Amino acid sequence: MCNQAVCLVAAELERQGVSTVVIQLLREVAERVRPPRALFVPFRHGYPLEAPGDARRQHAVIEAALRLLEDGTRQPPLLADFQHC
Amino acid sequence: MGELNEFSLAVRLFLKSYPWRRIDPVPWTPLRKPLAECRLALVSSAGFVLPHQPHFDESIRGGDPSFREIPCDTNVQTLIETHRSESFDHTGLRHDPNLAFPIDRVRELAEEKRIGSVNRRHLSFMGSITAPGRFVRDTVPEAARWLVQDSTDVALLVPV
Repeated sequence: MCNQAVCLVAAELERQGVSTVVIQLLREVAERVRPPRALFVPFRHGYPLEAPGDARRQHAVIEAALRLLEDGTRQPPLLADFQHC
Repeated sequence: MGELNEFSLAVRLFLKSYPWRRIDPVPWTPLRKPLAECRLALVSSAGFVLPHQPHFDESIRGGDPSFREIPCDTNVQTLIETHRSESFDHTGLRHDPNLAFPIDRVRELAEEKRIGSVNRRHLSFMGSITAPGRFVRDTVPEAARWLVQDSTDVALLVPV
């Protein structure tokens, strides 16, 4: 449900002119709900940025999400997989 | 990893038959300027509240559609996680709220000039909303207007 909730917020933000990127923990939900930009991460529920207390690993996920925002070549809905560096 | 198999059979059956809200058409706002010039806001659905704020109401059928404002200077360790779901491990969130509300990471990005600035406020929802009608009709447009009023350029949204 959490995955859907952030997708619905993202859609409204985009309608009102704010660029968004959502983290997604369930690929099936992202494919069905279709948020504008989504980064699918292969982590357990409750761990969207992977590692509590680990700034480096949290930054890696956030950086991957920010790069989706900067990718001007793709069309919505954009769903990308997080790749470990 | 985030798979349906993490959940109990009852939850899996519910999720398999759930009428997910399909976004159609998909709205799209391209980035208009470099991220280093953008103001960023966080949106989390982990149900975080500040000590003086009311908790999300677990008794509302279909899920509490309200949201809380989290100021940008919040000490992340003061956030209280009130997500009602028993379907995931809450241990990590309670140890480090940055896991789903990465305000410390976002401040670091601003210091490094990867982003232009951190918005003055951020939004916290409790994402376990099975009946999102009121959420979509009332709450979400209001929440979005808050960020538009702040001249927010980009938002990072994090579920649990």
